[in-house]
Amino acid sequence: MIELQNIYKIYQVGEEEVRALDGVTLTVQDHEFVAIEGSSGSGKSTLMNIVGCLDIADEGDYYIDGQNVMDLSEHSLAVMRNKKIGFIFQQFNLLPKLTAYENVELPLIYQGLPGRERKIRVEESLMKVGLENRMFHRPNQLSGGQQQRVAVARALATHPSLILADEPTGNLDSKSTRDIMDLIHELHRQGNTIMLITHDTAIAREAERQVQLMDGKIVSDTARISASAKTEAADSEGSR
Amino acid sequence: MKFRQSVKMAISAVFSNKMRSFLTMLGIIIGVLSVTLLISIVQSGTGTITDAMSTLGGDQVTVSITEGEKRLLYFELDELKANEAVNIIAPYMSGKGVAKAGGKSKDVTVYGVTKEYDAINNLTLTGGRFLSELDREYRLNVCVLGAEVAEELFGRESALDRTVRIQGKDFRVIGVLEEEDEYAMNSTNRRVFIPLTTAQRIFKQTGITNFILTADNKAALRTAQTAVADFLDNKFSEDSDYTIINMAEILDIMGTVMNTLSLMLGGIAGISLLVGGIGIMNIMLVSVTERTREIGIRKAIGAQRSDITIQFMIESIFISLMGGVIGMLLSIVTLKVLNHFVTEVTFVISPSVAMLALSFSIAVGLIFGIYPASKAAKLSPINALRYE
Ligand SMILES: Nc1ncnc2c1ncn2[C@@H]1O[C@H](COP(=O)(O)OP(=O)(O)OP(=O)(O)O)[C@@H](O)[C@H]1O
Ligand SMILES: [Mg+2]
Repeated sequence: MIELQNIYKIYQVGEEEVRALDGVTLTVQDHEFVAIEGSSGSGKSTLMNIVGCLDIADEGDYYIDGQNVMDLSEHSLAVMRNKKIGFIFQQFNLLPKLTAYENVELPLIYQGLPGRERKIRVEESLMKVGLENRMFHRPNQLSGGQQQRVAVARALATHPSLILADEPTGNLDSKSTRDIMDLIHELHRQGNTIMLITHDTAIAREAERQVQLMDGKIVSDTARISASAKTEAADSEGSR
Repeated sequence: MKFRQSVKMAISAVFSNKMRSFLTMLGIIIGVLSVTLLISIVQSGTGTITDAMSTLGGDQVTVSITEGEKRLLYFELDELKANEAVNIIAPYMSGKGVAKAGGKSKDVTVYGVTKEYDAINNLTLTGGRFLSELDREYRLNVCVLGAEVAEELFGRESALDRTVRIQGKDFRVIGVLEEEDEYAMNSTNRRVFIPLTTAQRIFKQTGITNFILTADNKAALRTAQTAVADFLDNKFSEDSDYTIINMAEILDIMGTVMNTLSLMLGGIAGISLLVGGIGIMNIMLVSVTERTREIGIRKAIGAQRSDITIQFMIESIFISLMGGVIGMLLSIVTLKVLNHFVTEVTFVISPSVAMLALSFSIAVGLIFGIYPASKAAKLSPINALRYE
């Protein structure tokens, strides 16, 4: 479970003060699938970076599974990112000189996992995203959709409980978008907590819950309880 | 295990930018090359010179009476010989001369010596015998030829019992010396040895002006040296009338001088190693900036500060170590080539110099890698990820 209480993130750019997050309070339960929506500059990425322990809030409290993140050392934050969180970025963020296999293996290396176990996990993850026959391709030898699938494989290789996706389909065509969304639904079905940032309302509606940000504040938070977000999304699509 | 992965990643990073890595290495290559080359050349040279000089006798002192008028008499040496510390005393004199035989002639150094000279220098003869006590006593006109002298005057024929004319007097050849290393400082090749008494007569010199003195060990030699000095002080009024040269002391001094020289040269060459290190630091800093995004990604997926530090440190150490090894190999090759052209001296890299240069290059990589590596490790994950 993640709990954000009165989170502020304020940037000072010259004279101007930018309130990227302006008192955000949000709780996400385990196994929930939340979509974060909002116009450009509303603070979505800032929120996700704080949730993902990549960034630290200026003010407020943040708990992951009851643990106050504000108290954690740099070392523990790195462990948190490594073990509990899986990132999927809009720009894929793969290391260009490493193969798909090596990219997926990297977080496992940082975890200190022995080689044989790493091999099993990497192959399993790449299998899940359907890239078992592209293991030794470098990112520039893969299509955008495939690169993002490698990134998904990397995110799930460490078996994290929380998957954070910042506009994962922002750079993809509709076919690849569907592939990635299907993967995300699959991860959700397997019990992962998912936080997905998107501009696309259709995609946002696939989630169980939509959180709307504007100027660093949460302006709406609609939760729907359903067994399968995907079928529900399809339903609502049909009913409209 | 994690470390092995870091090494693998660092090495592949170095190889993925071959030209840059090589240019960075170049500073270290040149540094190590010049350090090992200079020190090896000085050391090998010193070794050869000290070897040559120790054939002059490391355990003997040479006494010369320099004041023209003053002389020792032969029997006066007995007084010195009586000293416990003294082993052998060999009086001698030498002068330039010309040796002629069968229409040929050769410029030689004529040495007037006694049988003790052989006892000290352990001369080897190819034939005949060396000068004896009787030769000295009766001032016989007999001579022992150096190898080159015998060769030039008599060619392949045996020189024994032949007659050689030296300074207008006929001498019978009683022995021929074996050829010696031409570059040894005390080579007998161009010398002719005749009895001391005969030499005194033909060079019109009375008394003894030079002698060599040996002792069983260094301590005894020192005692003997003091005894000689006391004796001569008693006999002559002034210190400046004579000189005593102790070869061992000269060798010691020379060793010190050469060591200082090689340290100085090594130090100067070491500066180039330092410059190479700064080159590594510079490139590593550029590389950290270029790879900011990579560092951000690594941190986002859970790399610790230490993981990043180790990765960059290994890179810089690997570059400098590889530069060191290449520099070392180049200097080995250079010395091999040099050995082809210079035959008098054999140049080799001593293991200690090799170890020194290699550990120095590792240290350079370590020291100049620390700053860029810690700079990389300190980047905040979000700023690094956002970096364009
Ligand atoms: N490092 C920074 N320095 C200054 N201002 C920043 C910085 N990072 C973000 N901001 C500001 O904070 C606000 C929120 O940015 P954020 O990236 O969270 O927006 P977003 O909702 O993700 O937008 P988009 O949909 O375009 O990705 C923006 O106004 C941005 O200009
Ligand atoms: Mg954003």
